[in-house]
Amino acid sequence: MKPATVRRTDLRYRIGLNLRAVVGRSYPRIVGANREPSWIFFEALLPLLGIAAYVFIYQSFGARSFAAAAGNTTAQAVISANTNALIASVVLGGTMVAFWLNVLWSMASQLYWEKEIGNLQLYMMAPMNRMALLGGMAVGGMVMTSMRAVSTLVAGILVFGVIFQVADPLTLLAVFFAALIALYGLGMMFASLYLLWGREAWNLSALMEEPIFFSSGFYFPVGGLFRVPGWGPIIAIIGSFVPATFGLDALRQLTLGSTAFGGQLWIFDVKTELYILVFMAVLFLILARYSLRYLETLAKREGKLTSRHQ
Amino acid sequence: MPYAVETRDLTRIFAGKKKRRIRRKRATGEGEDHLGPVTALDQVSIQIRDGELFGMLGPNGAGKTTLIKILATLLLPTSGQAFVAGHDVAKDPFPIRQRINMVSGGETSGYGLLTARENVWMFSQFYGVPSKVSKGRIDELMHTFGLWDKRDAKVRMLSTGQRQKMNMIRGFVTDPDILFLDEPTLGLDVNAARVIRDYITNWVRSQKSKTVLLTTHYMAEADQMCDRIAIIDNGKILACDTPENLKRMIRTETTFRLEVDTIRDIASFSSMEGVKNFSHTDDISKNRTHLTFILEDEGPVAEILSTITSQGKKVHSLQKSEPTLEDVFISMVGRGFE
Repeated sequence: MKPATVRRTDLRYRIGLNLRAVVGRSYPRIVGANREPSWIFFEALLPLLGIAAYVFIYQSFGARSFAAAAGNTTAQAVISANTNALIASVVLGGTMVAFWLNVLWSMASQLYWEKEIGNLQLYMMAPMNRMALLGGMAVGGMVMTSMRAVSTLVAGILVFGVIFQVADPLTLLAVFFAALIALYGLGMMFASLYLLWGREAWNLSALMEEPIFFSSGFYFPVGGLFRVPGWGPIIAIIGSFVPATFGLDALRQLTLGSTAFGGQLWIFDVKTELYILVFMAVLFLILARYSLRYLETLAKREGKLTSRHQ
Repeated sequence: MPYAVETRDLTRIFAGKKKRRIRRKRATGEGEDHLGPVTALDQVSIQIRDGELFGMLGPNGAGKTTLIKILATLLLPTSGQAFVAGHDVAKDPFPIRQRINMVSGGETSGYGLLTARENVWMFSQFYGVPSKVSKGRIDELMHTFGLWDKRDAKVRMLSTGQRQKMNMIRGFVTDPDILFLDEPTLGLDVNAARVIRDYITNWVRSQKSKTVLLTTHYMAEADQMCDRIAIIDNGKILACDTPENLKRMIRTETTFRLEVDTIRDIASFSSMEGVKNFSHTDDISKNRTHLTFILEDEGPVAEILSTITSQGKKVHSLQKSEPTLEDVFISMVGRGFE
C-alpha cells in the first residue's frame, strides 16, 4: 500500500478535506437512495393523495360559490380564478412538503439515527469539519428531495391541470434556493440539538409535521391567517420562523402573479421575502455551527456520542 | 520522542441516571450507593511506543472500550490526561483525528443501500483521501481480506464476517498511524478471525511507524499478537508487560484444570490452604463444570479431589498445565473472564 504522507493542516488541505467530506456524505442520499425505484410510488405519487384531498375541498367550495353567484358573471370569473389559484397553491405547497419532511426526518433527527447504527462515532472521529458532515447531509437531501418534488409537481400539473405563469425565472430560482438553504440551515441547527435528545427527537419531529403544515400555509396562502381575527396572526407569526412560510409565499406570488387572490393574501412583496430568506439562511447556518460545536463538547462530556452498546 | 499513546492517571466516571436509579431502587429495594455513578476508568496510566502492537486484556465492562473512546476523541476524561501522537485528546483533537482510525467488533456502520466498496470510499472521504488513491487502496485491501467477490454487493446483503472485513478495510484505507481495534474478531468464525489477525500483525511488523491498540477478551489472540499487554479490570490496570513476562509472574505457582460433573458447592475451595485462586465455568450442555486452580504447590490437589468426590461428583479429567494469560488474570483477580 502507498505509504502515509505527512499530515497537513494548511488551509488548502482543509478546504479539500471538507469538500471531499461533503461529496462523501451526500453520496448515499443522491446515489444510494435512488437505487430502489419504489420511491417513485411512495415519495412522488403518494403525496398526490394529500394534495388531491385539498384540491377536491377547494373545488367543492368553489363550485358552491359559483352556483350562488349565478347570473353575476364578474363574480363567477373571480371565483373561478381564485379556485384555480388555490389549487395551484396546494400543488406548490404539497410539493414543498417533501422538503420539510426531509428536513425533519433526514436532517434534524438524522444524527440520532446515525448514532443508533454506529455511524456517528465514525463521523465524529474523522478530521473533517462537522459543518461538512451537515453540509453533505443537506446537499444530498436537497438533490434527492428536489427529484421527488419535481416528480410530484409534474404529476400534480398533469393530474389537476394546473397552470403556472413564471414571469421572473431568475427571482424564482433565487427564492427557491434561498428558501432551501434557510430550510436546511434550520435542519442543521436542529440536528445539533437532537444530538443530545436521542429518542425524544422522534417525537419532536412528529410533532412538527401537521402544525407546521398549517402555520406555514403549505395548503393555503398563509396571508389568509392574518385575516382571521384573534389567533390567526399569532399562528402565522409563529409559522414565519420556518423559512418555508416566506419561501412558499414568494414562490406563489412568482408563479401565480402577485395579483392573485386580489393581492390580499400575501405577507410581504417578493423582494422583502427574499431578503428575509437570505437573512434566515445566514443566521441558521451560523447558529448551526456554534450549537453543533457546543453540543458536541457536551455530548463528549456526557458520553452521548456513542450508543451504550458500542 | 513522545509515545504513540500515553495516559496519565486517566479517570472516567459515568454519572448514573437519577430517575432510573430511584425507580430501580424502589423496585429492588437496593441502596442508592449501589446504583450511583460508575467509574469506568480509575487512574489509568499507560505508555504505548511507536510501532508497538499493544493489547488491552480484560473481561466485559473492564473499561477497555471507554479507554479507546477517549483516545479516539469521542469521550472526554473526567480527570487525568491522555495523549495520542503527542497531542492532548481534550485540547487538540484535530491532529489526532488525522492520524487515527478505529474499528470495533460487531460494528453495524455504513448504509445498506451502498455497496461495500462505496461504503469504504465514503468513509475515506471524511479523511480527505483522494478518490483515486482511496479506490486503489480499497481494491488492494478487498483482495487481501478476501472480499473482492463482494465488492459490489450491497452492505445489507453481507454476512457478519464479510461486514467485519469491510469494517477492517475502512480502518486501514485511511492509512492511519495509530489504529484502535476494539474486539475486532468478536463473533467471527476461525478463518475470518485468522485473516484479520494475520493482516494486523503484518501491518504493524512491516512498517516501523504503525501502532495498534487492540482490546480483546480472547486470551490466545492477545498472547499470539501483542508485544505488550495490559490487564485491566474494573477500570484499573493490574499489570502491564510482555505476554512472556506476565506468564512468568505466576510460573512459581502451579495451574491445574479439572473437568467434573456439574458441582454446586464451590465455596469450600477458596478456604483451602495452598489454593491461591480458582475459577469455574459451567458447561450446561454437557452437565460439566470446568475448574481452574492456581496453587502454591501440588499439595492441595488431593484435598480438592476428595472434596469433589465426597459430593458424589465424578472427575472426568485432571491436567497440570503451563500458565496462560487467563491464569495470570485469575491469579490477580480471583476469577476468570466468564
